[in-house]
Amino acid sequence: MQHYEVVIVGGGPAGLAAAIEARKNGAQSVVVLERDRELGGILQQCIHHGFGLVVFNEELTGPEYAERFIDELMELGIEYRLETMVLEVNADKTIRAISPSDGMIEIQAKAIVLNMGCRERTRGAIAIPGFRPAGVFSAGTAQRFVNMEGYMVGKRVVILGSGDIGLIMARRMALEGAKVLAVAEIMPYSGGLTRNIVQCLHDYDIPLYLSHTITEVRGKERVEGVTIAEVDENRKPMTGTEKHYDCDTLLLSVGLIPENELSRGAGIQLDPVTGGPIVNEAMETSVPGIFASGNVVHVHDLVDWVTEESRRAGAYAARYVQNKLVEDASVIASRPGDGIGYVVPHKVRPENLNDKLAIFMRVKEVFHDAKLVVKADGEVVYSRKKRHMAPGEMEIVQIDAQKLKDLKPAELLVSVEGGETVHV
Amino acid sequence: MYKPEEHNVICTVCPIGCRLTVIREEHEPDGYKVIGGVCKRGEKFGVKEVTNPTRTVTSTVAIEGGLLPRLPVRTEKDIPKHLNYELMKLINQVKLQAPVKIGEVVVANVFDTGVNVIATRSMRAVK
Repeated sequence: MQHYEVVIVGGGPAGLAAAIEARKNGAQSVVVLERDRELGGILQQCIHHGFGLVVFNEELTGPEYAERFIDELMELGIEYRLETMVLEVNADKTIRAISPSDGMIEIQAKAIVLNMGCRERTRGAIAIPGFRPAGVFSAGTAQRFVNMEGYMVGKRVVILGSGDIGLIMARRMALEGAKVLAVAEIMPYSGGLTRNIVQCLHDYDIPLYLSHTITEVRGKERVEGVTIAEVDENRKPMTGTEKHYDCDTLLLSVGLIPENELSRGAGIQLDPVTGGPIVNEAMETSVPGIFASGNVVHVHDLVDWVTEESRRAGAYAARYVQNKLVEDASVIASRPGDGIGYVVPHKVRPENLNDKLAIFMRVKEVFHDAKLVVKADGEVVYSRKKRHMAPGEMEIVQIDAQKLKDLKPAELLVSVEGGETVHV
Repeated sequence: MYKPEEHNVICTVCPIGCRLTVIREEHEPDGYKVIGGVCKRGEKFGVKEVTNPTRTVTSTVAIEGGLLPRLPVRTEKDIPKHLNYELMKLINQVKLQAPVKIGEVVVANVFDTGVNVIATRSMRAVK
């Protein structure tokens, strides 16, 4: 059995930030366990730019963003193990992992930070009819093949899903010489940033069909074509609206799911809406001493907020191992109200807050000129007018910690008030 | 004969995504009037988008002797949008040898734009 103060599960942006911050806040022995052959996680395949505006105030590519944190980790002398797959995390904070060089490893941690990130929703999860030929990829898998492994995945491409990964891959495939025939989106609005619609689709004359889905995949060995059709308000395909495409590749960008097999194994309570652990202000899960941050908790749209959240998780994990985290404090329940899909954190112990409490959330619909309001047992503690809010863009609210310490409310309720809902 | 040109532009300065109309008007300082936006930055963007649209291009080049067969690169600054495909042709001829340091110039001054293509990650040599 090996012993560490803080064990970080996952060496992507969340794990790197958590490890660095745990060390900076006084944790002596910190180790990062990463299953891939290098650190950086999915950032290494996200070669496009647009990362780092919040954290560094400049626009970086994914690999550039990752390298800054990897460099800092090295400078701090933080230990890490590559090609190390964590098999089991237990509530007593023991970990079992396996790697080709060390075989089976058992670790006893004082604190654990879960930073496993998320996984792409697959074809199976969305039940597309038709054959099962080669040539159907999740967008992220195709991204890795093209950007890291050096394989082009196809020549004539249809993309289902207009989230940012789908849009980014549409441009990527077009630049690499493929013909991108269409992007189909089942919702009446795109889940991606406007900027990506312009720079990834309009720039390359790629049509976007809203309220459309795939109704057939043709081809036995390899994809030979797909059919897309318009859907009605119940998202059911309407006959007579079919469009047929001859193509060899179908990319799926149909959502991300937090990867929580290890969390479940440890008996950690999950939020059915986010698919990730229920956490408190310290990003601590329902198992004391096991923390979680980044996309394993809820899917973020900007890596900058993964970093911010994970820095907090790392710092609080360090506080926990030094017995400086108040565990038996009064607890405020933080809840989503009208118009809000979810809030993170779910619980707040004001005694442990520094100067501010940051609440991350997503709205359920597109709102224009609405107010984002937080009430502590009915009393307004935050209110801000927002010109534009959309489910694809995470909202962040900062509340003065002293206010919460003084009020000691039982509940914080976040809701959208007024404004109009918009379908773009 | 002359009909004032009009362009529809979606603003990408911030997530609101205003639908701008950029209209040619001689007496305006920039030669164009921009309507439909909510800020000054959007106006500037609208004019630039119809006079000289530029983009940062990111892609990869071949590399030998490193951990991976591809090395990510980008243009250090924006280049004119119409050069995107030309740039791809150019960098597809590049083959590097590991090791490479992040920020290293991969192709200097592409198409005399004064913009370099640089490596966006380091890659050490692997035996």
